[in-house]
Amino acid sequence: MRQNILFLMAAVFTGILVWNMNTVYGLPQQVQNVGAYKIIYLHVPAAFTAFTGFFAAMVASLIYLGTSKLKYDAFAGGVTEVALVFATANLLSGMIWARYAWGIWWTWDARLTSMLVCVLMYYGYVMLRQAITEPTQRARLSAVMSIFGMAGVAFVYQSIAWYRTQHPSPVLGFREGGGMGPGLEAPMYWNFLAMLCLAVILASVRMRQAQFATEIDSLRRMAHNH
Amino acid sequence: MDPREFQYTFFGLLIVWLCVAGYALSLALRERKLKAELERVRRMVEKN
Repeated sequence: MRQNILFLMAAVFTGILVWNMNTVYGLPQQVQNVGAYKIIYLHVPAAFTAFTGFFAAMVASLIYLGTSKLKYDAFAGGVTEVALVFATANLLSGMIWARYAWGIWWTWDARLTSMLVCVLMYYGYVMLRQAITEPTQRARLSAVMSIFGMAGVAFVYQSIAWYRTQHPSPVLGFREGGGMGPGLEAPMYWNFLAMLCLAVILASVRMRQAQFATEIDSLRRMAHNH
Repeated sequence: MDPREFQYTFFGLLIVWLCVAGYALSLALRERKLKAELERVRRMVEKN
């Protein structure tokens, strides 16, 4: 039943995203002489979703360090994995836009490099969790890594304000120097909301799988003790 | 619209969906594997 509700919710939010992309299709072909700019309607929401996930994981990690309750560690692990998917999607879609706009897939500027380092760091986090089998040690080390990882996220966010990068400077209206024009930003925020809901659904499925894994471990221990 | 621009926009948007769909598929496969394993271990415990 719970699974069916989750799948239904996923379908609804995917539907919102698809409907919203129809709105995006109707927007002008070019803004400020930038072509293929519509990629940012998924590129930016994917980044925001990833950053929200990394932030939630950091909060859960801090709570774990304070309380030693493993449910917060499971939450942080699940949310980080899902956030990583959106961060990877952000990087790849950005590369495709870069190929069109700059003629190259990649450049080592502050924004792109810091995002790549950040993504690799969180892949390291996921690998660390798989490598350590002892739950308390795994939880403690990954909590520390998640907290350090958030510093990387903050750097990625601010890098376009701190450095003159090939990556475009802030485009969203709430940031200094940003602003795309009337009606152009709203679909991006709607996409962010839909993506965030999708991420919550994926994370809840992932956390339930973590519960299965814990149950399997405890049953195995029980079988060995007999 | 310049066909090159359309192609890049299409693939730029598609890659995001592919990442999410790929992950959702991997979750579904993992869930199936975990459920089978859980069932197997449960049977093992019941036998003991």
